[in-house]
Amino acid sequence: MSQQASQSFWQAAGKRLWRDNLAKFCMAILAIYFVLALASKFGLVAADWNKGVGVSFANPNFMADEPNPFGKNSQMKPESVPMDDATRAVDPLASYEAQIEEAAKAYPAVEEKRAWSLPLGGDKWGRDVLAKAIKGGEVSITVGVLAALLAVTIGTILGAISGYFGRVIGDVLEWFYSIFTAMPYFLLVLAIAGAVGTKGIAAVIIVLGLTGWTSVYRLVRAEYIKQRGREYVQAADAIGASQSRMMFVHILPNVSHLILVQLSQLVIDFIKAEVVLSFLGFGVPLDSISWGVMINEVTVELVLGKWWQLATVAIVMSTFVVCFGLFTDVLRDAFDPKATRR
Amino acid sequence: MTQKNLLEIKDLRVTFRMGQGQRFEALKGVNYVVPEHATVALVGESGSGKSVSAMAIMGLLPKSNTEFAAESQILFNGIDLLKETDDQRRARCGQQISMIFQDPMTSLNPVYRVGEQIVEVLMLHKKISKKAARERAIELLTEVGIPDPSKRIDSYPHEMSGGQQQRVMIAMAIACEPKLLIADEPTTALDVTVQKQIIELLKKLQRSHGMSILFITHDLELVREIADHVVVMQHGVIREQGASEALFEAPQDPYTRALLACRPHIDTRPLRLPVVDDFLQGREKDLPQGERSRGVGPADPIVLEVKGLSKTYTVKQGLFGHREVHAVKDVSFKLARGKTVGIVGESGSGKTTLGKTILRLHSCQGGEVLFEGKDLMKLSDKDYKPYKKRLNIIFQNPYASLNPRFTVGDILMEPMRVHGIFDSDKDRADHARELLKRVSMPDGAFFKYPHEFSGGQRQRISIARCLTMKPEIIVCDESVSALDVSVQAQVLNLLQELQEEYGMSYLFISHDLSVVKYISDEVLVMNQGQMVEYANSDQLYRDPQHPYTQKLLAAIPGRG
Repeated sequence: MSQQASQSFWQAAGKRLWRDNLAKFCMAILAIYFVLALASKFGLVAADWNKGVGVSFANPNFMADEPNPFGKNSQMKPESVPMDDATRAVDPLASYEAQIEEAAKAYPAVEEKRAWSLPLGGDKWGRDVLAKAIKGGEVSITVGVLAALLAVTIGTILGAISGYFGRVIGDVLEWFYSIFTAMPYFLLVLAIAGAVGTKGIAAVIIVLGLTGWTSVYRLVRAEYIKQRGREYVQAADAIGASQSRMMFVHILPNVSHLILVQLSQLVIDFIKAEVVLSFLGFGVPLDSISWGVMINEVTVELVLGKWWQLATVAIVMSTFVVCFGLFTDVLRDAFDPKATRR
Repeated sequence: MTQKNLLEIKDLRVTFRMGQGQRFEALKGVNYVVPEHATVALVGESGSGKSVSAMAIMGLLPKSNTEFAAESQILFNGIDLLKETDDQRRARCGQQISMIFQDPMTSLNPVYRVGEQIVEVLMLHKKISKKAARERAIELLTEVGIPDPSKRIDSYPHEMSGGQQQRVMIAMAIACEPKLLIADEPTTALDVTVQKQIIELLKKLQRSHGMSILFITHDLELVREIADHVVVMQHGVIREQGASEALFEAPQDPYTRALLACRPHIDTRPLRLPVVDDFLQGREKDLPQGERSRGVGPADPIVLEVKGLSKTYTVKQGLFGHREVHAVKDVSFKLARGKTVGIVGESGSGKTTLGKTILRLHSCQGGEVLFEGKDLMKLSDKDYKPYKKRLNIIFQNPYASLNPRFTVGDILMEPMRVHGIFDSDKDRADHARELLKRVSMPDGAFFKYPHEFSGGQRQRISIARCLTMKPEIIVCDESVSALDVSVQAQVLNLLQELQEEYGMSYLFISHDLSVVKYISDEVLVMNQGQMVEYANSDQLYRDPQHPYTQKLLAAIPGRG
C-alpha cells in the first residue's frame, strides 16, 4: 500500500486538498483577492481611489445612458452673477474688483474632466466604486487576517497553558475566560475600542484580536487536555523532555491543524465584525476605506436610489466570505480524512 | 455424520477498493462450512481476513468500496446471503444470525440501561409486549449468569464489569434464539479468569440452545477447549482446516505449527522462541534445543530496590467528602542487574500504575525506590532528570506512544538531543541508524513516519528509542500485548538478546502469564493494588502459594 515516498501529515493533507475540485476553485478565487489586496498595498492598483474621477453618482458603464438627475449639475460650476451698477453699489469688494481679476489670472480655471460613467459607478464625490472595493478589500482582509492571527496566538498560548498544566493555573485561566465571555460581545468590543482610544486600522486589529481569542482558547485547551494523557507525551516525559518542549514541540504539531481551521474561520468572522464595527462608526477611520465603511456610506445613497455601491460591496464581500468558508470546510476535511463520508 | 450444514462459504473472494485505483484483496477464495449444532473456530493473525468473512456473513461490509467475486456464495440454510436485499438481510440479522463483538464497553450504548437495550431487541424481532419482553430479558440475564438479574436489569453499562457487559451482549445476541452466533474475539478485551468463564458460558449456551457458533480469534490455544472444527487463515487464504482434535494433535500446515509454537508455553522455556519464518522456511528442525534457566540468586547485584511503595488517588465523594483509592499499596521488591522481574495481574490490579510510579510518571504517596543508594521519589524534578536517561519505559500501545508528526529519525534523535548525548546531530543520526539496524529495521525507516509501519515494527522503534539512552532499567508496560502472536515472539526474542548484550534489567508488566513465565526471573503477582505473591518464577509457577495465583494459573487456556 505505502511503498511510495514518505509523506508527512501536511503533505498528505495538501494532496487531498489538491484532489478536491471545490478546493481548487475556492483557492483560485481567494488567490485573486489576495493578489489584488497585495497589489493595492503596493499602490499598483486603486492607488487614487480617493480622487473624484467621475461625476457625483456617476452611472455604471453598463447603464451609462440612464438619466441621472445629478448629471448635468454634477460638474459643480460656480454660478455666474452678472455685475451691474446696482450690484456694485452694495458690494463692499467692488473697489478691489480689478485687483481680484488680476489675481485670478494667476490661477487659470482648469476645467476638470470628469467621467459621466464609471465601470461600476461612482459615489457622491465621484470616486470609482471598483477602486474603492479593491482598496477596501485590502484593508478588510488585512484587518481580518492580522486580527485572526493575534486572536489565535493569544488563544493558543493561553489554551495550551491552561490545558497542559491544569489545576490552579487552569482554573485561573478558566475564570478569566468566563469573565470575558460573560459580557455581551459588542459591548466588550466597544469598551475595548474606547479604552484603546486611538482610531485607526491597528486599533481595530487589536480590538478584534483581544476579544476573539475565546473560541480558540476553548478548543486548544480541550485538545491539550486530551493529548496530555496520550502515551507519546508520556513517552516524551519519560525520556526527559522539558515542559515547554512537550507543550510546543510534541503536542502543538498534533493540534495545529485544528488551529489552522479555527484561523480561517476567524478571518471570516473578523471581516464581518469589521464591517459591523465600521458601520457603527467604531471601525477604520472615515478617511480610509474598507468594506464596512462602504456599507456605512450606502445608507445615504440608497435613499437617492443609488444602489451600485451597495451591490458591488455586497457581491465582492460575500463572494470572499463564502469562498473562504467553503475553503475552511474542505481544509477541515483534508486534515481529517476519516470524518468525510462521501 | 448426518449433520446438515447451516452455513456454507463457497469460494468467497472480497476485494476492497482503496481509492486511486488501488485494490486490496482481503479474501482470496475461502471455503468452509458451519454444520448445525457445532462450533467452528476461525483463527488467524491481524490481516488474515477472519473478521472480513464474518462481516460478509452479517452484510456489514461497506457497500461503497467492497466487491464480491461473481462466483462467491454464502449459503445460509441454502439461501445465498450475497443475493439478498437489504430488507431481507435486516430481518435475518438478529433473528437467525447474531453477533457479539470484541469490546463490550463500546458495543453497549452507555446512555441506556442494559434492560432497555435487551427489551428493544426483543420487541423489534419478536413483536411481543414491553412487559413480556422485560420478563424474557430477566430470564436471559439469569441464563447468562448475571447475579440478581431483576435488579441488574436496570443498571447502566458502566456500572457493570467488563465480563458482565460481555454477558449482557451475549444475552442480547441469543435473545431471539439465533441459529448462528458469530463471536468476534469475544474474550480478547477481558481478563484471563473472566475469559475462562465466558468460554464456559458460550459452551453451555451452544449445547442448551442447539445453535452453531462461529468463533473468531487470534489465539489458537483458546479454541482447543471450545471448537469442534478449526479453520486457520493467513493473508486471506485458508492454511488448514479440520476437526479440532486432529488439528491440535497433528497440525499439517507449517503455519499452524508456527502459531502453536510461537506462543510461549507455560511449561517450557526455550532458549529462543521460534518465529513463523522458522516454520515457513523449513528451519523447523534447526531450532535451538534446550531450556533457558531463570532465577535470581543471592549473589546477583541489586540495581533497584522498591520498598513499601504506595500510590493513592483521591476521589471526590458527595459535596465535600473525599475518599482515598489505593491504586498501589505497600509493594516491595528488588531488581537484580541483567535480570527481569515480571509483574502480573488482571486489569485494575495496579501493575501499570506501579511501573509508572517507579519512573515518576505518577506521583507517589509513600515508600522508597532506591537506585544507587538514592531514593528517587525524594529527588526534585531537576535532580531526577539525569535519571530519566537511565530508567526508561516501553509502552503498551505502539500506535499511541510514537508522536505521529515526527519522523522515525526525529523520534530516535530527540532523547539524545535532550540529554546531550553526542556533540553533533550527525553523530546522533549515525547512532540512530545503527540502532535501527540493531532492532532489524530497514535503513530507509529513518525518514519515514510511524504510521507507515506495522505494530511490531513500531514497537521495535520504541525499543530503539529506549536504547539511544543506554538505560540500565527498562519498564516494559504490556509491551507485547498488542502484537500478533508471531510478532510477539520476535519482539520477546529481541528483548532477550538486548538484555544479554547490554546487561539491562527489565520490569516486565503483563497480564499474560505465559509471556511473563518465559521472560522473567522473578514474578510478582498483584491483585487490587497489593502484591499477593513474589517469588522466583520457576518456583511460583510450579508451586503457587496464594489462592489468587492458583486461580490465575488455572485459567490459562489449554490448561483445563
